[in-house]
Amino acid sequence: MSDVKNLEERFQERIDDEQKIEPRDWMPDKYRQNLIRQISQHAHSEVVGMLPEGNWISRAPSLRRKAILLAKIQDEAGHGLYLYSAAETLGVGRDQLIDQLLTGKAKYSSIFNYPSLSWADIGAIGWLVDGAAIMNQVMLTRTSYGPYARAMVRICKEESFHQRQGYEIMSVLASGTEEQKAMAQDALDRWWWPSLMMFGPNDADSAHSAESMKWKIKRESNDELRQRFVDRTVQQAETIGLTVPDPDLKWNEERGHYDFGPIDWDEFWNVVKGNGPCNRDRMKARREAHENGRWVREAAAAHAAKKAARKTAA
Amino acid sequence: MSNDNEKDWPLWEVFIQSKRGLDHKHVGSLHAADAGMAIENARDVYTRRGEGNSIWVVKAEHVHASNPDDAESFYDPADDKVYRHPTFYTMPEGAKYI
Repeated sequence: MSDVKNLEERFQERIDDEQKIEPRDWMPDKYRQNLIRQISQHAHSEVVGMLPEGNWISRAPSLRRKAILLAKIQDEAGHGLYLYSAAETLGVGRDQLIDQLLTGKAKYSSIFNYPSLSWADIGAIGWLVDGAAIMNQVMLTRTSYGPYARAMVRICKEESFHQRQGYEIMSVLASGTEEQKAMAQDALDRWWWPSLMMFGPNDADSAHSAESMKWKIKRESNDELRQRFVDRTVQQAETIGLTVPDPDLKWNEERGHYDFGPIDWDEFWNVVKGNGPCNRDRMKARREAHENGRWVREAAAAHAAKKAARKTAA
Repeated sequence: MSNDNEKDWPLWEVFIQSKRGLDHKHVGSLHAADAGMAIENARDVYTRRGEGNSIWVVKAEHVHASNPDDAESFYDPADDKVYRHPTFYTMPEGAKYI
């Protein structure tokens, strides 16, 4: 008992001293479990996040936009893989994690349960959804677990292209015809609140926050990150002549931040629980992709085994 | 769903050399059926923006690592040998290029 206590104290000292934890270091079980949950959830979000964007590849308005969208979606697949790779250093297999996603045991970011109805949604996703994700991911480049932090550095380098291409789409639409501007505004109207929900529940109601902060898995609270996102994004909306759909939005001179209206947490929990507009479609698409890819995985394994056997025989 | 062939795809550790003349550096891992596929996947995953010009892949099971719990005693032999550093030595006043 005292040994474990000793180990825990040394572990916490290392964290407090800003040293990274590496895969072979001793760590409390709950730290490991907490990380596996968070990193795999993050990985699943990257993978499921390809679906709403994939919806528009064949209908992108120009070859330039199509090539960009393809590159962006390929990045998301890569980000998923960096993260699965980081999770695997904690002693869990990627197949187990994917199994948890496909059986509905693991969660992914609820934002991807909203539909991408128009081309402007691709702009809004890049600008707002990736923009919100960046707030979180920049913080996570300093997370206490080494492999997770390194994956985040890699992801952040690529993510800024995602946000900028989205904002560019919005800005081009917003300076176009009346219809195009209306399309951009409609996308902002629909994606604004779900984007704010991406940061998770208010600090007082967040289940994992206190422990994550103590272990420096997270280094800033949900509400702090959300506030930073609002402060930065409002100015960007104004620049391109779009209106953030929040009547309570007001600059607060005293706080040096924007005040914003209450978030509809009933909607948030409803989507988390599986009742969002696209939850079923997303899971169906993932399961089908997994099943349809099975023969490829099996063929590759059979081919490798055959080649290896030939090599031994020779 | 649990009876999946992906289990048969081993894990590979990936090392990338970003420029000729530099060391290969560990960047992460991936699953692949064989070494050729591991290299191609590593290209797609870790070098989409010209991050590398050479890739090594090593089966993860072939990597052996030191134990961090033993770090103190393991590296202890180097702790008291300050004379291994050039700054340990006193050079005579006026000597150049040394």
